[in-house]
Amino acid sequence: MLSTFHSQSPTALAGAKRWLIVGIVLAVVVSMFSAQINRYYLGIIVDIGINIILAVSLNLINGHTGQFSLGHAGFMAVGGYTAAKISLVVSPMLPPALQPLLFLFALLAGGSLAALAGLGVGVPSLRLRGDYLAIVTLGFGEIIRVVVQNMEAVGAASGLKGIPKYTTLGWTFGLAAITIYVVTALVNSTYGRGFIAVSDDEVAASSMGINPVRYKVTAFVTGAFFAGIAGGLYAHHKQFLSPTGFDFLKSIDIVVMVILGGMGRTAGVVVAAILLTLLPEVLRQFSEYRMIIYSLLIIVLMMARPQGLFTWNRKQKGAA
Amino acid sequence: MDWLLQQLINGLALGSIYALIALGYTMVYGVLRFINFAHADVLMLGAYSAYFIAPAIHEVMPLPSLTGTLIIVLLSAMICAGIGILIEILAYRPLRQRPRLTVLITAIGVSLFIEFTCQHKAVFGADTKPFPQLMPVHDFNLGGLVIGSNDLVVVVTTLILLFGLWFIVQRTKMGTAMRAVSFNQQAAALMGININRIISFTFGLGSALAAVAGILYALKAPGIDPLMGVQPGLRAFIAAVLGGIGNLPGAALGGLLLGLLETFAGGISGLSNYRDGIAFAILILILLFKPAGLLGKATVEKV
Repeated sequence: MLSTFHSQSPTALAGAKRWLIVGIVLAVVVSMFSAQINRYYLGIIVDIGINIILAVSLNLINGHTGQFSLGHAGFMAVGGYTAAKISLVVSPMLPPALQPLLFLFALLAGGSLAALAGLGVGVPSLRLRGDYLAIVTLGFGEIIRVVVQNMEAVGAASGLKGIPKYTTLGWTFGLAAITIYVVTALVNSTYGRGFIAVSDDEVAASSMGINPVRYKVTAFVTGAFFAGIAGGLYAHHKQFLSPTGFDFLKSIDIVVMVILGGMGRTAGVVVAAILLTLLPEVLRQFSEYRMIIYSLLIIVLMMARPQGLFTWNRKQKGAA
Repeated sequence: MDWLLQQLINGLALGSIYALIALGYTMVYGVLRFINFAHADVLMLGAYSAYFIAPAIHEVMPLPSLTGTLIIVLLSAMICAGIGILIEILAYRPLRQRPRLTVLITAIGVSLFIEFTCQHKAVFGADTKPFPQLMPVHDFNLGGLVIGSNDLVVVVTTLILLFGLWFIVQRTKMGTAMRAVSFNQQAAALMGININRIISFTFGLGSALAAVAGILYALKAPGIDPLMGVQPGLRAFIAAVLGGIGNLPGAALGGLLLGLLETFAGGISGLSNYRDGIAFAILILILLFKPAGLLGKATVEKV
């Protein structure tokens, strides 16, 4: 039962490329003006970009491939800590001109290590579905947090301080555009049909010669890679990392973005990431009620629109 | 040797509490096939109920009073049973025909809602409150061993409740119906069993056990706070999976095993910092090598 909505033509891929170009151009143009933007707003805009990367990459796992990961913050932590540690150690030895290169290297290293962690979670979890998978990924996130909390090399419980501020609007939105492009292109490729097939019906997919294991691992590794990149951006944006920043609640935040946007709907997920990053800022004066409203939002959303706010005329998805 | 025995005693006490909570998870999973994330928060509400009821009861029946303590525990259990039933009716019942993932996310939402509402200063507040002493504390010295009276109370209470639960599930009409619903809901309905009533009963029973577990946990903990249920709740869930989710003796066994493992690991100096991670590592290993759990039966998926 492949839903008709997924049957995009090559135009979808062209669309993805167009978005990539638009995104990168926008990122470059905006970053030229970033000096004029108020620091507070600048911070929020960067937050939005990071959350877009997180949500779009989780969407590949939870949305397109129909798995349920509650450990995205764990991948983010792996990437963030790796990148931060690299730039903390290397940056004093490099001339300023080489710093952007170092940042790129640190981000890629963080992403790669997170991808490796994704492989580590993905391979054993393949036998599990639905709520079991959710719990294992949750457990993975907790294990990462516990390990980081006990590692003196990354500041243990007191956190990692003094990370150089490399993250700019350009970096963030350039990478966000690349993330959206890679995920969209991957899902819309011939190969990527497999993700949707696995999500629609694993048994039917494997009887058609699709290897669900390979697709699930690919989804986990790719999703984790970009979560790691987002972690690196986050580290060099906040300049401070603490293990508590990557707890269960952060994973839930990202999951809610994906659900709100509609599982497997990239555009919806991007809008949801923007909205949910702005929401706490808008609700600042009601901050004591913020989390209560937030949890109610999850419940109401699940009851009224489990397919997401921005999804129309599509069959309900998400069966475990 | 003394060290081993001491850890054994501590582990049994901790494991008993996990077992009580795990039973609630496993019972709900048995009838509804989803993880009730809010179970951990019912445990916290149980401890808070006792916290608020205790002063009133102690005024009438000053300490040490076994009857007074029993009344406190019973009232808290009843309050929590009511809350558990209410959660099911309001949040889970409307979603019963929906995909399991939808219900799972709702359960996470309910859990967060209870936690954050209780942390609000108009409700309980986020600070840690000292839990009232419900009974005199006495440490028994046996050779080199120290057995706290609280540990004894925990173990004995758990044994009594386990027996009670076994009796309800195996020997009463309600329990038979519960087993029927968990075996095959449709067939049970065709036999004239009121599914909604059985599910409410299951939630009530599980929540009452959680309330008792919450009070026992609070007796051993330095104090109570709105997030006190999260860690024991996660552990107990792991215990339920360890024993084979949906399987009642399995949950009790898993709870005890996990409590023992954690206490022993906590006693080894290099491992103690990783205590929080150990339970999850066990969970992942179990799911890899024996996904059905120690006592669970593997199910074959039919296409």
